[in-house]
Amino acid sequence: MAETYLLKNLKPAGPGTEKLPDTIDILITDGTITRIAESIDQQASHSKDFNGAYVSAGWMDMHVHFREPGFEHKETIETGSKAAAFGGFTDVACMPNTSPAVSSRDVVEYIRKKGEMQPVHVHPIGCVSIDRKGKQLAEMADLKEGGAVAFSDDGDPVYDSRLMRIALEYSSMLEMPIINHEEDLALSRPGHMNEGRVSARLGLQGSPGIAEEVMIARDIMLAELTGGRIHVAHISTAKGVDLVRSAKKKGIRVTTEVCPHHFDLTDEEIERTGFDTNFKMHPPLRTAEDVEAMIEGLRDGSIDAICTDHAPHSVDEKEAEFIYAPNGIIGLETAFAISCMRLLHPGHLSLDDMLERLITAPREITNLTVPDFNEGSEARFTIFDPEAEWTFTADEVRSRSRNSPYLDRKLKGRALGIFNKGKLVLS
Amino acid sequence: MTDKEATNVDFGHRHLLGLADYSAEDIGHILQQTDRFLEILNRPIPKIPTLRDVTVVNLFYEDSTRTRLSFELAEKRMGADVVNFSAKGSSVGKGESLKDTIQNIGAMKIDMVVIRHQSPGAAHYLTRCINTSVINAGDGPHEHPTQALLDMYSMKQKFGELKGLKVAIIGDILHSRVVRSNILGLTKMGAEVTVCGPKSMMPLYADELGANISYRLEETLEWCDVAMALRIQLERQEQGLFPSVREYHERFGIKKRHLKEFPHFTIMHPGPVNRGVELESEVADNSRAIILDQVTNGLAVRMAVLYLLSGRVQ
Repeated sequence: MAETYLLKNLKPAGPGTEKLPDTIDILITDGTITRIAESIDQQASHSKDFNGAYVSAGWMDMHVHFREPGFEHKETIETGSKAAAFGGFTDVACMPNTSPAVSSRDVVEYIRKKGEMQPVHVHPIGCVSIDRKGKQLAEMADLKEGGAVAFSDDGDPVYDSRLMRIALEYSSMLEMPIINHEEDLALSRPGHMNEGRVSARLGLQGSPGIAEEVMIARDIMLAELTGGRIHVAHISTAKGVDLVRSAKKKGIRVTTEVCPHHFDLTDEEIERTGFDTNFKMHPPLRTAEDVEAMIEGLRDGSIDAICTDHAPHSVDEKEAEFIYAPNGIIGLETAFAISCMRLLHPGHLSLDDMLERLITAPREITNLTVPDFNEGSEARFTIFDPEAEWTFTADEVRSRSRNSPYLDRKLKGRALGIFNKGKLVLS
Repeated sequence: MTDKEATNVDFGHRHLLGLADYSAEDIGHILQQTDRFLEILNRPIPKIPTLRDVTVVNLFYEDSTRTRLSFELAEKRMGADVVNFSAKGSSVGKGESLKDTIQNIGAMKIDMVVIRHQSPGAAHYLTRCINTSVINAGDGPHEHPTQALLDMYSMKQKFGELKGLKVAIIGDILHSRVVRSNILGLTKMGAEVTVCGPKSMMPLYADELGANISYRLEETLEWCDVAMALRIQLERQEQGLFPSVREYHERFGIKKRHLKEFPHFTIMHPGPVNRGVELESEVADNSRAIILDQVTNGLAVRMAVLYLLSGRVQ
């Protein structure tokens, strides 16, 4: 017997929905869209009325850390996938800072196979260099064959300029992007927070914005030289966005992404909360001026994608003195709410533009196909309500860790569920 | 809350995490109380029972000689039960977290914690781990409130009042908790502060500190009533923040000739002094230096702080 789902009373939005009626019913048979119409009156094995909630193509987060293999006490592919589904993502790309790192094909395949059992599509990102050591290129072609969608050494920037040049040359032959965590370590270390007015007051050693900007500038120049594709990970400074903006105008193949916390929060939070380590991440929270620049960058298209840099750390690790706590916060569950609150509701981005950043951009960068609404296509949707008000409590956390600055905060905007891999997963 | 915690209504603070949270009135009150304790210290038997049955833990994660000694003596002079914990020779070496450590110590029923730690915010963090009064005895380069209080007390003792006083702080401004607490306290009390040192040892946004900025020692010495030199940590030279101790001393060390050239300024130093680096020996030992008064006053100031936060205020 075929398994059928009838999803009723949905408002289509975002890419691929332009020609659809204002309200639709969707009939899905064994994971394939069989009919979309204003009203479908038919028996189905599962039927659900969404009372006018939105539906779009499934969202993708191209920057998550699922910690497996190696750091399963923080997160696993299973728990991370649950957090992703809860947050409305049907696809994620996992960073390779695992143990072992994703510098060989067997690790890529391990992650991909584990991902096959999850409600979301888990796309591995392979290493640029063997074990992320920054010395010798990983077997990029083999990693791609195994399913890697991009290359990155993640938290360890590709520091050696010659290696970056070679990586860009080699990966461009494969039509693959290099994602670089842009940071000049000599300028940034030890860097416990943004270097600025607040760090001057708090006495915390600061990581200056310029540590990020000089590396972005270098990588843009190397991309121009080689014709390679550079993707600037989690951009956080106004000048960094300016660099990307002008490089794009010159036709250099550069893309970038931004995390919700970087277009929402500033370094003032560290002072306000008495050094709460859930406001410690890398790149660090910057200034109000930078926050505005992130929003402007998203508005004018200088910033391509919204990502989370979902970085789970256990309570034991995060509950420590500020300088000893690890960098990073979880973000999958709250990304949409923060995007609604900071981008959509104030009118900076239209719903369609915001969805483009969550649907099309990350897939174009990673060479993946954007899900569509055609009959006969695979059903891969996100169902959401930008107006839904909720509180992100510890009970809501699906991730194995709960290092979020948004815990117990009132939020507006929520994913109601995803339809993916033949199943409806409600949040 | 126990009755011990609830009593200190007048003072309105349970912790001393930094002078950022204290008003001019609070600071004035502490300095006023300090007079009483200084008088007690000058008695033939300088001991009072004010903190009898109060247990204080001195939690020192960083080397400290005088601050630790000063706190311990202040506690003992007031009859407190004192426990010392230092990162060396404790379970910290075995990887125990600060939270576990303090909760274990807390389970032994203690009343107050004095903490010195290398991380800014460690004292703030401690207040979230344990339900006792917390006194910050220095948290990385952030704050060192009792040092600033004793410095202010010493200045008040010498000059009568802080309002209008011109205070220069000279040295490594970037890494100094003494600077941050002193600027916060002194400006609240109406004094004017200038920070002076190599630009490579100033915060990028030094103006944020609330002090004037100078890179010229002589100009600063001509201007100030008080010149407070800071200890230069030699590891900063290893980090390349200044070229050499020799050049530092040439440009920012207070020398004997300055005493003649600028005959009015008073010399202070939070100790320990690197003789021949930030101060020439003759300067440190000169009658215009009040470095040892600072140490004596430190004891009285810490007694006042312990008293006000203990909940034993009569």
